[in-house]
Parts: sequence; C-alpha cells; structure tokens
Amino acid sequence: MVRRHLTLAGLALGPLLVLGVFFVVPVAGMVSRGFVVDGSLDVGGVLEVLARPRVHRVLWFTLWSAAAGTAASLLLGLPAAYALHRLDLPLRRSVRALLLVPFVLPTVVVGVAFRQLLGEAGPLGFLGLDGTPAAIVLGLTFFNASVVIRAVGAAWEGLDPRPGEAAAALGATPLQVLLTVTLPALRPALVSAATVVFLFCATAFGVVLTLGGLRYSTIETEIYLLTTNLLDLQAAAALSVLQLVVIVVLLVLAQRLRATADPTVQRVQPRPRRPRRSDAGVLAATGLLLAFVLAPLLTLLAGSLRAGDAWSLANYRALDTTGENQALLVPVTEALLNSLRTAVDATWMALSVGLLITVVVTRRSQTAAERRVRAGLDAVFMLPLGVSAVTLGFGLLVTLHSGVLDLRDSPLLVPIAQALVALPLVVRTLVPVLAGIDDRQRQAAASLGASPLRAMLTVDLPAVRRPLLAAAGFAFAVSLGEFGATSFLARDDRPTLPVVIFRLVGHPGELNYGMALAASVVLAATTAVVVLAVERLRVPSVGAS
Amino acid sequence: MALSLTDVTVQYGDLRAVDDVSLELPAGQVLAVLGPSGCGKSTLLRAVAGLEPVRHGSISFDGRDLADVPTHRRGFALMFQDGQLFAHLTVSRNVAYALRLRRVPAARRADRVLELLDLVGLVGFEDRLPATLSGGERQRVALARALAVEPRLLLLDEPLSALDTALRGRLASDLRHILRVAGTTALLVTHDHEEAFTVADEMAVMRQGRIVQRGGLAEVWRRPVDVDTALFLGYSRVLTGAAAHRVLAAAGLPAADALAVRRSALVATATGPLTGRVAAVRSTPEQLRLVVDLPGLGELDAVAPLDAHLAPGDPVVVRVDPTRVAPLGRDAREDGGVDVGP
Repeated sequence: MVRRHLTLAGLALGPLLVLGVFFVVPVAGMVSRGFVVDGSLDVGGVLEVLARPRVHRVLWFTLWSAAAGTAASLLLGLPAAYALHRLDLPLRRSVRALLLVPFVLPTVVVGVAFRQLLGEAGPLGFLGLDGTPAAIVLGLTFFNASVVIRAVGAAWEGLDPRPGEAAAALGATPLQVLLTVTLPALRPALVSAATVVFLFCATAFGVVLTLGGLRYSTIETEIYLLTTNLLDLQAAAALSVLQLVVIVVLLVLAQRLRATADPTVQRVQPRPRRPRRSDAGVLAATGLLLAFVLAPLLTLLAGSLRAGDAWSLANYRALDTTGENQALLVPVTEALLNSLRTAVDATWMALSVGLLITVVVTRRSQTAAERRVRAGLDAVFMLPLGVSAVTLGFGLLVTLHSGVLDLRDSPLLVPIAQALVALPLVVRTLVPVLAGIDDRQRQAAASLGASPLRAMLTVDLPAVRRPLLAAAGFAFAVSLGEFGATSFLARDDRPTLPVVIFRLVGHPGELNYGMALAASVVLAATTAVVVLAVERLRVPSVGAS
Repeated sequence: MALSLTDVTVQYGDLRAVDDVSLELPAGQVLAVLGPSGCGKSTLLRAVAGLEPVRHGSISFDGRDLADVPTHRRGFALMFQDGQLFAHLTVSRNVAYALRLRRVPAARRADRVLELLDLVGLVGFEDRLPATLSGGERQRVALARALAVEPRLLLLDEPLSALDTALRGRLASDLRHILRVAGTTALLVTHDHEEAFTVADEMAVMRQGRIVQRGGLAEVWRRPVDVDTALFLGYSRVLTGAAAHRVLAAAGLPAADALAVRRSALVATATGPLTGRVAAVRSTPEQLRLVVDLPGLGELDAVAPLDAHLAPGDPVVVRVDPTRVAPLGRDAREDGGVDVGP
C-alpha cells in the first residue's frame, strides 16, 4: 500500500514540479502584480476593474461569441462526423484528413485567410462581414468544427450500431433513434467536444485579434491589449482571474455532465454503411462544411500568388528577405527554421510530461481517497487549457528573470511555454487510450511473472504507441501555430513564423501583406503535412474496405 | 403465410452471405435457422429486419412486399444475442421504449410494463439500470422490450448464446412458454441445436449462405440430410458402407449407405447382436461411457449402466438403440448433390 502511494507520488512529482515552476509561478506572478500595488493588497482596485462597462462588454462578448462558435461548430461538425465515420463514402479518409487541417492551422493564418475572404476585395466581400462579430464566429467555427469531427467522430465510429437497430426494429424512426439512442450514447463525447470547443472559442486569441481588431475584444485579447498597449497590469490581472474562474466553473460542470450511468465503453468496428437517399441531408451538410473550410484556404492561396494584378511567385521569392521597409529583423525563412526547431523541443517536452501525467491519472485506484487524488491531479493538469496563453506568456516573462531560473534568454523558454499549451491536448489524447485498457490485462501479465514495468511494456505500450505518435503530431502542430504566449516570449531576433506573419500584416506595404499571405501558406502547408502524416499513422479500422 | 422469403440473396463484395434462400413461416409458429457461425444466418435475420440490403429476391409479410418498407415501419422486433439494452435507460424505460414511441398513455404504459416484467419474471427491477443486471436478467428485459408492442414478427439473434449452460436451458424453456402464451410468430437464428429444439417448432439448417435442410424438428432430427448436418445436430459419428449396414441391421432398421450415430446409440447389454472388447471406460454421474472395439467396425462410443462392472480388455456385448441413430439424406444417391464443398 505504502509502495503504491510512493510510486504515485514519485510519478506525479515531476509533472507537478514542471507545472509549478513554469505555470503556477508565472501565472501567480502575473496575477499578484495586479492585486498587489506598492506592496499592499489592493482588492478594491481589482473590483473597480471588474465594474468597468468595457469589461462587462468584453465578458459578454466572450461568452456569446464562444457560445455561438460552439453551437455552429456542433451544427456543422456532427453531420460531417457521422458521414465521414459511419458512411462508406469515396475519398472518406482524405476528406476526413482535410477537415482536420483547420484545427491545427495557426490562428494567425486563419485570421489572415478570413480577412482575405471576407475583406472588401475578397470573393465574399459583398456580404459585408469583414470586421463584424459574425466574421469572428465564422473564424471560430472554422477551427472548431474539426474538433467536433475528431472527438465525436471517433466515438461514433466505435459506437455499437445494434442498440440503434434494436430501436429501429421496435419502430423508432431514424430521427427518434438519433435522439433516444445515439445521442445519449454519444453524450460523453459530445460534452467533451462541446467543452473543449467552448474553451478554445473563449480563449481564442489570434483569430479574434486579427479579425476583431480593437472593436471586438474577448477577455483574452483584452488581456493582451491591456498589458502591451495600455500597460494596465492591474486590469489584465483581474481579467486573468476572471477567465480562470469562468473556466474552472465550466470544467467542473462539464465533468458532471459527462458522467454517465454506465461508463464502460464497448468499442466495436461496425462496417461503414453505403449512403442511402435518407442521408442526403447529412451529405449536403458535409459538403457545406467542406466548402466552408476550403474557401478561406483557397482564397489565401490565390492571394499569395498575386503580385500587383498578375499571377506571380514574387511573394514567395521575397520570403528570404526581411520585407519592405525592413519590416522584419530576420528573413521569413529563418523564422520558419526557428519555428521547426522550437516545435521539436516543445513536442518532446509535452510528450514526456504528458505521458507521465497520463500514467498517473489512469492507474486504477484502490481506495476512494486515492481516486480523489487522481481525479484532482487530472483536473490540475488541465489547467493550462483554461488559462490565457497570453497570461502565461506574460507571466513567464515577468517572473523568470531572477535567480537560478533566469530563462528569459534561453532558447528553451518558448518551447516550454508551447509545451504547456499543448500539454492538455496530449493528455486528452492519451488518457482515453490508457484508461480503456482493462486492468485485468496487466494483472494477467503480472500473474505470468511480468514486473510492473514489463507489464506496462507488454500491455500499455502497444496500445499507446500510435496515439502517442498522434499526440506528438498534434503537439508539434500546436507548437508551430502557437501565437499567444510566443508573441510575448520570442525574442525579436529569434521570432517564430506566426509572430513574423502578424508583424507583416501590421506593417504597411503591398509586398509585406503578400509575404504574410505567402508565409501563411507555407506555415499552413507545414502543419497540414504534419497532421496528414499523423492521420496516416492511424490504425486502419478493422473491417473497413 | 406470415413471412415469406423468395430467392433472397445478400452480397458483400464477392461474398454471398445469403445465397438464394427461400423460406416460409406460418403465423404463430417459431422457426429456428440453425447453422455454424459465419453461415449467414444473422445476415438473413438482419435482411428480414430491413437492416441489410437484399441484392435480389424478395421478402414479404402477409403478402406485402417489404422491399420499400424501412426497418421502423415493419412492425417487427429484434432481440440481439447480448440484449442491446439502452444503457442510459432504466429497465422499465427500456421495456416501455416502443410504447413511448407509439405515444401510449402513461397509465396504460405502466400497466403494460408491469405485465411484461411479470411475464419474464422481473417484477421489482423497474428502476434498475442495465449495467446492474446479470446476463440472464438482461436477456429477459430485452425480451420484454421486444414483446411490448406485440410485434407481427419477433426476430431472435442467438438470444441465449451469451448465457451459461444452466441458465440457457432454463431460459430456453421460459422463452418457449412466453412465445406460446403470446402466440408470437418468431424467427430464431442460433448455432446451438439444443436452443433450437427447445424453442422452435420448425427448423432450417443453413450452411455457407444456403438452406440445406428444412422441416419439422423431429423430421430433421430423424433424417439429417448430410454428414455435416448430422455432426452439427450433435451426432457423434457418421458410419458409411459396410459399417453402416451392419449397425442398421443390428438395430433392425432398413439398409442405408450412411448412418449418423449418437454417443449413446450403442448400449452394453447381456445379449445382443454385436460383440467386441472394451477399449476404455469413463464414469459420469449418469452412466459409464465406453469406447468399444468391435471387429469389422473399429472403435465406437458406447454406454453402459453405472452398475455394469466393465474394465478395459473385458469382452462386451452391445445392442443398438434405433432411436439414437439416423440414416442420412433423402436417399443415398441424392447425397452428393446436397453436399456443399469447402
């Protein structure tokens, strides 16, 4: 018993230390800067911030845009999740892979692409959506529909079709089957997906910043504006705390909603079914989503290939320069190399910490207290999901400049921050896999004489190998596109690609904008290649043709 | 004729899972389709339910073709091997599922649920969740759910196979009784001949997508159409040629070229037509199981009463129980045509 607890403590110690030093301390440092003015606690000042009308507007806008983005993502994502995971469609896998790309596209790229699409000169300029909240919601939906497809699609694919068939045989129409059998069975996946999407929407930074500018601000962009433009640290800290509270409440609610009467999942691999006439609606919705995903990307690509009024590669050729009027300190190509190097570091960091966390939280508990400890740890490690990347970035900047941990100039600082941002995603990818392994398999291995480590190698490793690679791919892609924390931490002479793109967009000059488009295409292509490679790694579904 | 299948074929790619099957099922009868796993019997059942597309042939019910009738309008009910209860609904809500779909008023619904739970012996389980039930209880709930709206046809997909032997025997006779009481027309598919014998009136033996034999239970039992069918029905061996003739003669039956024998077909007695030596003896609670070496026949299974003091090497006299042997085929000459190649 004591040994079990020691092992648990030992395994948890590493990740907790990492999280403590690189997450809790910076965030606390940032927050305390707001609460402590001239050495004394100033709660009144913080309350005063929270009473500002602008803060109310920002909070309201954050909540409703996130809610609208979540609703739209579910609405577009669910039919596609069904069509791409349950129907035997031609090019099913390719379309699925394509629809995953937006999720890992750098936010800055998506912002640029949507402006290109919806701007006055863009193909959809006549809609007059540029600079409106609708554009922001569209941008959020673009990202997150793929989250819904991924999370719900995987659950849907493994869903046993027979309860639905039993219901149909009892006289339930397809709609009734969906409402009374399928959706309740998908509830855990649906709640998870909706929660994650809401979180992503509510903490979205790059998209809102590029599409909303100063007019429409969410808590996240407001924190950025307050710290960098207005230097109002107290207000920024107050907003950080507000955001943290909102998100913790949300996570707790989601955990409650996710609990089901019977958590054991019986995964099966049903044969995908040939589409029928009744699937027309679902197929149309999938087509719509596909168009919605392709339109901004194609517009972006087309825009990058225009110079003046002609087709040209000039924008791409300019990528090894520093732009018009010396907009940049280093050429874009060097920024790309920086990005790749950073992403490699961030990936191994996120993976090693994430794997430890996964092992800690998925081991079967023997007592109620142990279970509570593990559940608590699980929640703690999800915190980076709820804390603004901007807060994290700024916090790291202001706290890590003293004593032994002077990392400000270290090339590892940016990867560390990015690894923390990617960590929840890694953990969420691995936990369901390890939690889904029947503990009796390990017991069987142990009874045959395998040591705990050996049992792990025999039972856990084969199951977790591919998900681990997938998690690596995602961590890599997230790191490539990370902008919130990186925008604070990347040194001017060592910028990453998203930072450079943002800078180019902000600088006047046609070539600079063209270079921003070209760089966006390069970044999008790089992440897409990574994600598609990850998608290839997936085990081909048993029984699929 | 309630259910009628004419030349039904279900095809996956090149595989003909169901190959030109024709079957008729009169109202109020229970037909068992018996076959080894992978023979296409479940696919056949799913095609009847409207869950698998029929490549050609037709399925009709009460004279109406079902080709354009989707599953939920067929008025059937389907019960799976493992029940497939809705895990998020309590027992009573599972049973009431189809009643709710039909907007049966709450009071009548509650009465009906109680009545059904009484029928399957689960009164008091109303508020339990499926996860808290044993396998047998789940199957009972699944049966109650399927019977709730009195389906025109009940489709049973190996309803008892997931249960342990003792429970399976008990539930099989319960199932028989319940179907009888409700007067339900039912199509049962199973690989377990005991289950088929307990529950059904009629039987169809299926192999590699085809129906190889069809008839009343006793009929099929008495005259299995070929070797595979005989073995599948629980006969332990099939004798051919001279051996078959000798055993048939010993049983006092007319000659045939092939004969299926059960383990207990040969019985050690004081006087009888066949003599040989005991090769092995094993004791069971009910009888002695012997292997006897009969000159000209080789080693065969036999039984003896528990008090017959026999040991390996002892001489033994056996008789043949004519009810425990079955000549094969419609006629020996037709046999080759029915036998299905690998």
